[in-house]
Amino acid sequence: MLHLILFLIFGAICVAGAVNLLVQRHPINSALSLIVVMGSLAVEYLLLGAEFVAAVQVIIYAGAIMVLFVFVIMLLNAGEEERTRGSRVALLFGIPGMLVGSVLMGWVLLEHSGTEAVPAGALPGFPKVIGWLLFHHFLLPFEVTSVLILIAIMGAVVLASQPESVQQTKKEG
Amino acid sequence: MVPLSYYLALSGILFACGVTGFLIKRNIITIFMSIELMLNGVNLSFVAFAAHWHALSGQIFVFFVMVVAAAEAGVGLAIIIAVYRTRETLNVDRVNLLKL
Repeated sequence: MLHLILFLIFGAICVAGAVNLLVQRHPINSALSLIVVMGSLAVEYLLLGAEFVAAVQVIIYAGAIMVLFVFVIMLLNAGEEERTRGSRVALLFGIPGMLVGSVLMGWVLLEHSGTEAVPAGALPGFPKVIGWLLFHHFLLPFEVTSVLILIAIMGAVVLASQPESVQQTKKEG
Repeated sequence: MVPLSYYLALSGILFACGVTGFLIKRNIITIFMSIELMLNGVNLSFVAFAAHWHALSGQIFVFFVMVVAAAEAGVGLAIIIAVYRTRETLNVDRVNLLKL
């Protein structure tokens, strides 16, 4: 019972944050509500017993990635977004398509997911167990992701650095 | 005891919010944040299914999704900085030319 109450409270906070992200027009407000979503999702992971995932969610998502976002918003001095009219094709096909998609998804959820309860903490994802799995069964994907991170670092440095011609003109001027 | 369908419904709502934000937002940074919201919604269903079927690989996959999201955030924000430097705008409607 307590689990259900906690789930409902933090689920409501989660959805409220996600809706607030859509409603706010200033990017910094959207970023802060995304942090709220990620924090309450970490509590949901804890309810499911995934301790490692909850910790990583707070450290990587709410910590590292969102700091990067806020930093870029401040660096570019992003102001309120200006509203422009959407295309007519999007209105004609997008709204019916979204309705059909959501009805389909709701139907699948109601009909096929079953009503069995997920016992809270039934599968304790301790860091020790996760680490053992990660370095035995998933060793190759783990190493591949390290290469991916390396490529991402190099890509970010190359993309964000100013081209040489711009730097030269700034020095001369 | 929380039914599995509740977790799936929450993850579906988060994903739908992400898709809606991706479609209606005009600021490139907010669009990027909507993508992160979609990834989070999928992660929740991964963890819920992992607990449901007693398979820890679901949680490992969440870890990999987070790594990819971190790499994507780094490269994506660098691209945003590069776009802002050349176009001086963050509005995606004004970024409609391949070459300046």
